Amino acid sequence: MHSHNEETLAELLRTLPAPPEAWVKAAQEIPLARRGLDDIVERARADLAFREALIADLEHALQDAGYDADQALADAVRERLSL
Amino acid sequence: MQVVESDAQLVARCREGDDDAWRELVQRFSRYVYAIAVQAYRLTPSDAEDVFQEAFARAYENLHKLREDSAIRPWLAQLTRRLCLDSIRASSRVQPEESLEPQEVDDTIEKLDEALVVHEALATLPDNCREILDRFFARDESYRSIGDALDLPAGTIASRISRCLVKLRGELEGRKPASAESGG
Repeated sequence: MHSHNEETLAELLRTLPAPPEAWVKAAQEIPLARRGLDDIVERARADLAFREALIADLEHALQDAGYDADQALADAVRERLSL
Repeated sequence: MQVVESDAQLVARCREGDDDAWRELVQRFSRYVYAIAVQAYRLTPSDAEDVFQEAFARAYENLHKLREDSAIRPWLAQLTRRLCLDSIRASSRVQPEESLEPQEVDDTIEKLDEALVVHEALATLPDNCREILDRFFARDESYRSIGDALDLPAGTIASRISRCLVKLRGELEGRKPASAESGG
């Protein structure tokens, strides 16, 4: 760490502005999202009707089942279930 | 003074599946990852958001591959840099690798590294100093807005900022380079 006067410190504090809060929140929820993904995949393997609903209209089936069906989750479900 | 967990301790807790640790890790490095995308690589907000989310998603998936827990910062930086290059490549089609990497990227990231150390030191200051410095410098809030939020007379904000900068400088001067590396 270099020695800094207050002006340089101020400049360095300005260098790292906060990203939008929604971005941070979404990244913080990754573990929860992953757990949701696992649940969906498990249920789709055990419940034929749910799997068929996913194949017919994945986004709506997820929403109907109570999941927050964003694009990333939908893509991940498709990949995991080879839909 | 606040006691701040080291990067290595935080990563170790993340590996154990501690959701609170993950939230803290994202909070700690969110500004850094964001700054690499928008300052070093000058991505559009939309591309920067994609890179930001993907960087943390991959970090979460691959945290077990990190050989040295204290190396999370350079690892995350490298991960973000690769994703930024992928993003540029995708938006500009195929170009030679040399033309994708902005010339000043290393200098910019070096400055971001230094700024992150300052932010880590900021996190150890008392709440009142941390809040006022972050609001004024990083969030670009006015004296009046800070005064309203913290219930302080606007006329005292400048002197408080000045005193807190002196405290921050003292905290940084009391640190050894190794502690800056480990984040604690």
